[in-house]
Amino acid sequence: MGGYARYVWPCFVLALAILFWNLWSARRHHARALQRAARAIAMAGSERT
Amino acid sequence: MWTWFYRLASPPHVYRVAAAFAPWLLLSAGALMIYGVVDGLVFAPPDYQQGDAFRIIYVHVPASALSVMAYTFMAVAAAIGLIWRIKVAYAVAAAAAPIGASFTVLTLVTGSLWGRPMWGTYWAWDPRLTSELILLFLYFGVMSLRVAFEDPNRGDRAAALLATVGVVNVPIIHFSVVWWNSLHQGATILKLGKPAIDASMRWPLYAMLLGFLLFFGSVLCMRLRGEVLSRERLASWVRETVKT
Amino acid sequence: MSIGVWNAMSLVLRRDLSLSLRRPDQLVQPLVFFLIVTTLFPLSLSPEPALLRQMAPGVLWVAALLSALLSMDGLFRGDAEDGTLEQLLLSGQALAAIVIAKTFAHWLVSGAALVLMSPLVATALAIPVAAFPVMMLSLGLGTLTLSWLGAIGAGLTVGLRRGSVLLSLIVLPLAMPLLIFGANATDRAIGGDSATGALYFLGSLCVLTTTLAPIAAAAALRITLE
Repeated sequence: MGGYARYVWPCFVLALAILFWNLWSARRHHARALQRAARAIAMAGSERT
Repeated sequence: MWTWFYRLASPPHVYRVAAAFAPWLLLSAGALMIYGVVDGLVFAPPDYQQGDAFRIIYVHVPASALSVMAYTFMAVAAAIGLIWRIKVAYAVAAAAAPIGASFTVLTLVTGSLWGRPMWGTYWAWDPRLTSELILLFLYFGVMSLRVAFEDPNRGDRAAALLATVGVVNVPIIHFSVVWWNSLHQGATILKLGKPAIDASMRWPLYAMLLGFLLFFGSVLCMRLRGEVLSRERLASWVRETVKT
Repeated sequence: MSIGVWNAMSLVLRRDLSLSLRRPDQLVQPLVFFLIVTTLFPLSLSPEPALLRQMAPGVLWVAALLSALLSMDGLFRGDAEDGTLEQLLLSGQALAAIVIAKTFAHWLVSGAALVLMSPLVATALAIPVAAFPVMMLSLGLGTLTLSWLGAIGAGLTVGLRRGSVLLSLIVLPLAMPLLIFGANATDRAIGGDSATGALYFLGSLCVLTTTLAPIAAAAALRITLE
């Protein structure tokens, strides 16, 4: 990298990290939303009985 | 004829459609980015002035373009939600915010790392970096406001109003910062180097730009599903979905 | 029998002014804060006049911004707590007009007072007297613009517990253009140059916010209160 390696590589590594963070965070968010929905439905169901 | 359009306001429909789109968007984004990175890192020739440091452009420019685009997108969705009272639009705005904010952070850090070899300093009040920093503050404002309310509907609408006000300000802020920076030109020209882009350097950049855009779309679809779910918790379609 | 918009606005203006003037201690606090913050800079940097004059525009404007923001939280909070705000919402009068009246009343006792006090602070910061007119004009336009922006922020945060910090977080990024141009106008005046360009821009920012902000602030109030 013509001597600039310690600037160029961290940029690409960070970009990759942020892309993966986005994917991971989106999946976790969805999973949490599913859990909370399940819990809310369960509670609403038990209230009625 | 417009039913496809009306269905976009329906949460269960959006939930299904987003699931269908996400993997394809992600795959095409991945392909474009792999090509862009390989071509940009390996095959593009080093810049005449900046040497190999210019390669940072292949992540910095797409990140900065997306950071601004995501904010505008969020503001448009927010405005649609406010004007037509469409709940799904609020979910879209909520989904877009953290993605855009993460791209803003990426822009700032890559900009800083690019600045070090170019200007000898990790931070310089370059107009674009300064505008990006203020954009990050705007993102934080919208995200903080949304969660500050106990009633999530109120939070959605307040954040939507703030996003709309903010988007009007983005060009004003950018203009002010550019003007301010022009007053204080140091000996070095503090513009994040736009090297004279030769064709061999241009294609990987376009690929990365499009790749980032498609990636944004795919993550948006993924986040949107979670946002829609949390706003429709007790709806009957959600019961069906949760059971499966 | 409903009174006209202008009558409603002048009623709200007079009410808010008389309410504010009944609590002079609350009026004085932001001004004292302005003075204190300004004092921090010579203490932490250097009392040398040449240096003070250089940093004066920035110090003046940052201090003015912060002290104006401090008082913004009170714009709607008092009325929200005792239910007056809901009555105003239900009154059938144009909410944006009421917001204009309240915000203007608030500016008269905070921003305008700050402008009147600015020569005092300017002297402490070694700003030459010749620069005072431009400085005060720019501060006047700037604090008024900030009041409009603050009204939007106050409308969005009025019901929240830690509203004031969030209000500052929301308003400060939006206020950066007026900081840039206001400080620049003052800086040019200190240097003896013409500040017309910056003043025109401040003026246009002020007009823009005066026309649009009340609508946004009214919308914000409807969101947070209804």
